[in-house]
Amino acid sequence: MDPLSTTTPAAPSLDVSGLAYAYPDGHQALFGVDLTVGRGERVALLGPNGAGKTTLVLHLNGILEAGAGTVTVAGLPVGKKNMAEIRRRVGIVFQDPDDQLFMPTVREDVAFGPAAAGLRGPELEARVTEALERVGMAGFADRPPHHLSFGQRRRVAVATVLAMRPEILVLDEPSSNLDPASRRELADILRSLEVTVLMVTHDLPYALELCPRSVVLSGGVIAADGGTQDLLCDTELMHTHRLELPFGFDPRSVTLSG
Amino acid sequence: MHVPDGFINAPVSVATGVVAAAAVAVSLRGARRELAGAGSGAERTAPLAGLVAAFIFAVQMLNFPVAAGTSGHLLGGALAAILVGPYTGVLCVSVVLLMQGVLFADGGLTALGVNITDMAIVTTVVAYALFRGLVKVLPRGRRSITVASFVAALVSVPAAAGAFTGLYVLGGTADVSIGKVFTAMVGVHVLIGIGEAVITALTVGAVVAVRPDLVYGARGLTQPLELRTVQVAVPGAGAGEVTTAARESAESAPEPASGPAPAAPGPRRSTRRVWLAGVATALVCAGGVSYYASADPDGLEKVAHDQGIDAKAKDHAAKDSPLADYGVKDIGDPRLSGGLAGVIGVGATLAVGTGVFVVVRRRKSAGTAERAVGSV
Amino acid sequence: MGAGHSHKLYRHGHSPVHALPPHCKIAAVFCFVLVVVSTPREAVWAFGLYAVLIAAAAGAARVPAGFLLKRLLIEVPFVAFAVLMPFVAEGPRVDVIGLSLSESGLWGAWNILAKGTLGVAASVLLAATTELRELLLGLQRLRMPPQLVQIASFMIRYGDVITDEMRRMRIARLSRGFEARGVRHWGILAKSAGALFIRSYERGERVHLAMVSRGYTGTMPVIADTTATRAQWTRAAALPVAALAVCLLGWTL
Repeated sequence: MDPLSTTTPAAPSLDVSGLAYAYPDGHQALFGVDLTVGRGERVALLGPNGAGKTTLVLHLNGILEAGAGTVTVAGLPVGKKNMAEIRRRVGIVFQDPDDQLFMPTVREDVAFGPAAAGLRGPELEARVTEALERVGMAGFADRPPHHLSFGQRRRVAVATVLAMRPEILVLDEPSSNLDPASRRELADILRSLEVTVLMVTHDLPYALELCPRSVVLSGGVIAADGGTQDLLCDTELMHTHRLELPFGFDPRSVTLSG
Repeated sequence: MHVPDGFINAPVSVATGVVAAAAVAVSLRGARRELAGAGSGAERTAPLAGLVAAFIFAVQMLNFPVAAGTSGHLLGGALAAILVGPYTGVLCVSVVLLMQGVLFADGGLTALGVNITDMAIVTTVVAYALFRGLVKVLPRGRRSITVASFVAALVSVPAAAGAFTGLYVLGGTADVSIGKVFTAMVGVHVLIGIGEAVITALTVGAVVAVRPDLVYGARGLTQPLELRTVQVAVPGAGAGEVTTAARESAESAPEPASGPAPAAPGPRRSTRRVWLAGVATALVCAGGVSYYASADPDGLEKVAHDQGIDAKAKDHAAKDSPLADYGVKDIGDPRLSGGLAGVIGVGATLAVGTGVFVVVRRRKSAGTAERAVGSV
Repeated sequence: MGAGHSHKLYRHGHSPVHALPPHCKIAAVFCFVLVVVSTPREAVWAFGLYAVLIAAAAGAARVPAGFLLKRLLIEVPFVAFAVLMPFVAEGPRVDVIGLSLSESGLWGAWNILAKGTLGVAASVLLAATTELRELLLGLQRLRMPPQLVQIASFMIRYGDVITDEMRRMRIARLSRGFEARGVRHWGILAKSAGALFIRSYERGERVHLAMVSRGYTGTMPVIADTTATRAQWTRAAALPVAALAVCLLGWTL
């Protein structure tokens, strides 16, 4: 199962090997996951509901502790000792931006991560402004998150994570609940970032648009790994893992720019 | 029931403020324990308690139509205690009251202590103590949780009204007889309590049906099952046995004493300790606070008095205060008398609570035998 | 009024009162109310002076009188109580336009009305000139435990979100032809309340995850810290000090 399709640089952004996990109630969700994401790659993590995607994501920054196997972020193993640094390096954008944006104003929310890491004063301010500019929300710094549209909130949620200058950006269903315009805007933003991206999604066209490579998590293991287009065109594979393309969408007909 | 400024005099307001601050401080520690999930500790408190507070804030706006255009809403103290535990309950309701006072001028700033003591602490603690007691007495099951919630909420509201009357006795600024205040407050709040009880019971029932694991008050439901098999092996006693802990302190009935002390301490802290501590605190507070606060002249008045500028020769504050009528007779020292009055007030409230509890328990234990077959 | 975070009582402005640091304002209002509450009720003129002080503060804050008066309505339930008081209180009676009223009851009513109204007016003024976020920071500066401030700010942040969920549930009920008309329907409403609790609690857990993911370990990082200069404290103290002078006069005269 070990994917060696990508030639990884010295230390890949993310290296998961043999990861297994069972919840305290005994339910096992992961059965030995192996996944390597090279620096600067954009990878889509696909899989049916209940495949263990969220469980896997929560291992990446040590919220869940591996029962077996290891997770390494840019050479640094995930563990109690370097948890603060791991959480800075792995930026998770959760599905509901209302969960992610818990501070009273956008500025404070974006500042939360870097401030927790010890940044203060003008340096912190600069970090906040930079992150907000990258998602095109610099004009909204003093607004309360509740007053923003859903798409804007999702972009701010991305900024909150970018402000921590993460090694890898992990997005949980980034396109859910977005109107087509917001969806495209977010895609433009994600493409413009020079950061490793792991994107958990059910939105297969979005995965095809943004991620050259996809992996399928099914039954707690990586069941497929390869070019997104090839993967989506493999009807049998898709069917086996309960992945379905939207009506009228033909991945073969899409020509990718790069 | 948000008390405005000026309703209760300054010393009692300050004293309740101190009580409220202490209770909130204790609750902060307790809430940490209650909200700690699997493994993770203190850092869960703020988001979870905050969300629960937001929930209470929101649910107070949910209108329950009564009839002909009138409607009531939930106060939430009992509900909070049962759903998230007494400490978190006190904490959340206090935060709601604080925010209402600061943001919406709902309830006076100086009356914050009174409001928190009354609506956050008394309601929550009374409700939870009753609830735990009942849950132990009643046969295990979802229905019992609902019944216990009903009774807990029902009693908690008039108990708060009683506590308010107590505070009023100590530091009320209006000269209305205690009897009238008590009757009016408790009378009205028994009615409110019925509404509160129905809504609380239905809400708790709804949560228990879907996510019993989220109901703090029902957490013991599965674990103590094992505990009971241990107990059954000792004597041939019935279901009443399990309740010893809660009852023993409330009434000194011979029955629990004769039974063997519950050998296996519960997985959680036993209710008895909580109950005893609560009673002790209430008595000490009521006694101590009234001893110092009420019968003592206001600080400023004292200054005036001492310096001989009290030209109007006003009566001693103790005579002026309603406590003069209420003070225990034949006790010369007004301070002592006031203190005793406070203690008696708490005692009376407690007796009412316990009375209801005992009655309900009797009825239940009489009913358990018949229902034992029917209930799961 | 802007909904949500610029809470209902807040009036945006740039007056000297708006500019004061929040903790100075909170302390000033609290001391003022405390002084008012400790004033003897017989000193009727003192309460008049307090009202003048409040009016002056409102003037400095450029809060229109109408706004302030409208907000005083929140007191109404207790006005009713105060009105009843002369009828039910004990003590010697006096005849006022044919009604036999208790003298001490009248004093009691006056006491509650005057002090309560001044208290509400002061709180409204505070809320009208201080933004929500500032209020929380102010409370924190005044040594309110940080955990409590955090809980309060979460409550404020998610109060809207949860109220919104409640509103959506109501619309969902209405859309399916359900309208609560009486006690019979409480069961349905309580189910909604229960569902709301579950959603709130689960959201709390998700928020916790999101926070931990960004390095939260139990304490909020200090991002904005406001400090007050001596001059600001002095300015804020003007109100309670003036009130204290009135109060002392009230006790001596």
